Amino acid sequence: MEQALANGVYLGAQYALIALGLTLVFALMNVLNFAHGQMFVLGGFVTYTVYGQLKLPYWIALVASALTLAIVGALFEKFLFRTVLKRSSRDESTMLLAAGTAFFLDAVILLIFGEKQRGVPKIVNGILDLDVVIMPYDRLLIGALAIVMIVAFILFMQFSKPGRAMRALAQDRTAAQLMGVEVERYSMIGFALGAMLAGLAGGLLVAITGVNSGIGGPISIKAFMMVMIGGAGVISGAILGGFILGMVEALLLSVLHSYGDITYLVIFASLMVFLSIRPQGLVGKPWG
Amino acid sequence: MIGMSRQFMLSSILFVFVLLVLVPLAVNMSGRQDLFYTLTSVALLAIASGGVWLTFYIGRINIGQGAFSLLGGYVSAILMVHYGVSFWLALPIAGIACSIVSVLIGLPILRLRGVYFAMTSLVLTQVMQLLALALPITNGAKGMVSIPLPGALTLFGVTLIPDFATIGNLKQAFYFLAVVLMIACYAGLYRLTRSRLGAICVSLQQNEELSASIGINIAAMRVLAYAVSSFLGGIGGAIFVAISQSIYPSSFTVTDSVNFMLNCFLGGLGYVFGPMLGTLVLYFGWDLLYRTADYQLLIFSSILIALMLVLPNGLLSLRLKALAKGGHYG
Repeated sequence: MEQALANGVYLGAQYALIALGLTLVFALMNVLNFAHGQMFVLGGFVTYTVYGQLKLPYWIALVASALTLAIVGALFEKFLFRTVLKRSSRDESTMLLAAGTAFFLDAVILLIFGEKQRGVPKIVNGILDLDVVIMPYDRLLIGALAIVMIVAFILFMQFSKPGRAMRALAQDRTAAQLMGVEVERYSMIGFALGAMLAGLAGGLLVAITGVNSGIGGPISIKAFMMVMIGGAGVISGAILGGFILGMVEALLLSVLHSYGDITYLVIFASLMVFLSIRPQGLVGKPWG
Repeated sequence: MIGMSRQFMLSSILFVFVLLVLVPLAVNMSGRQDLFYTLTSVALLAIASGGVWLTFYIGRINIGQGAFSLLGGYVSAILMVHYGVSFWLALPIAGIACSIVSVLIGLPILRLRGVYFAMTSLVLTQVMQLLALALPITNGAKGMVSIPLPGALTLFGVTLIPDFATIGNLKQAFYFLAVVLMIACYAGLYRLTRSRLGAICVSLQQNEELSASIGINIAAMRVLAYAVSSFLGGIGGAIFVAISQSIYPSSFTVTDSVNFMLNCFLGGLGYVFGPMLGTLVLYFGWDLLYRTADYQLLIFSSILIALMLVLPNGLLSLRLKALAKGGHYG
């Protein structure tokens, strides 16, 4: 049980990092980014290339992942989402666009990196053995890095000028604009930041589980679930949702494994029940 | 019928004529019988997409149609294999079973809106697939195979439809089955959008509180629309089972659910016949790009993105008024 809890915290930190980017984009632009999982995978492959292939230090690889995805995110926002949001008569049109970009990234990743499962050499060796809990050092490091990044992100959103501007945008677009916030500029920064978080999460996770081009879709769905649990568009909700899903997954996997492969059935079914009772998630605004 | 212009009558008669006479003739002359199979798939997917369109019509983004196609498929497969029920009976039962399930699920989840409903319906697809894997009656991942072909349909001793096993041109038979059902489905949807019920649906899409305030039972209306939508999904899935004579938990996945939604978007959410066109374009577009091999997905997604940039309100927003102007959104 203790082991499951420890796994849950580690998994939750990863998940929270993924969910944060998704919820940020949703809060700012009301866009559900289907391509979030693919951005995660791209981040993983960039780290794989820089750290695994070019043998540069791991932190450089992480920075490369973050930068690549920030650029991709900014370009997507500037040339695709902004245009469609302007021209379309219905908000939902961005969903088709997001699905299109997800396919597009899938294709690009497949063409550049192939379909093989890729892993990188361990970043640190050794295992922490506390009798009740056994945790490899690299997992501890990655989990800690994820938490540091989450904290850094929260601080950025709370105290920096762009962070404040983005929070204002999320609250009320028109009011923010009237207060002199450059809506287009900060939408772009927000999208880039959201993509960057996905890339960083990918870069972190590749060090543990490796990456392959097919996991983008499933990761997106998991990210959606976390955002739903916490409440869409709310930062604390994404973090909460991430940790809850990580915890539940780890616990159920250890409890239910004797009943066959029904962990995810239980998770999905209970999520549906939960959402019909509390549609806005744990901390979300009603109809956020 | 209400508000049906002469021009619309003519073009729909022409459309039906093309589908039922010209297309089979052309396919038979070209000798490419596999085209029947492709067109049948398009018709089936268009039926299921039509259901998704109806949920869009009441203002819900539905990414869960795959769940009901899978359910309908399994219901008809189980009825035919385990209980020896005729296909012609299993087909409506599959649709009705989907409606009943959708009412039970819809009552709570239709209270959700926007992305919340969209995500829940996406999760529903996953739930259904995992259920198909876990339940004993569905035979798990191995799926159900060698499902019998549709038998003869007789009414008062008159054979209306011959036994499919005795028909020489099976592909053409399934083509007619799917196309006739598709025409019926879209005729029904078109009629719905022109009725009082359709107007109520639009009012739900535009402002639920307002329509509740003038005495519309919004909870009942949206469940009704969802039930019809799921019925269509189930029908589509059940015919799919009859054609492929097999069903697996992976027969309808999240990808299919997303594609159903894309079909609607691509054709244009504001037009009844949008999903039909969207399905045709998406399916054939994907098939045509088969030659580009590795670059298929890249080209396909680029075109999709480009289409979104140029025609964000769907293909039919090109104003094919006579044929297409079914809905009345602003």
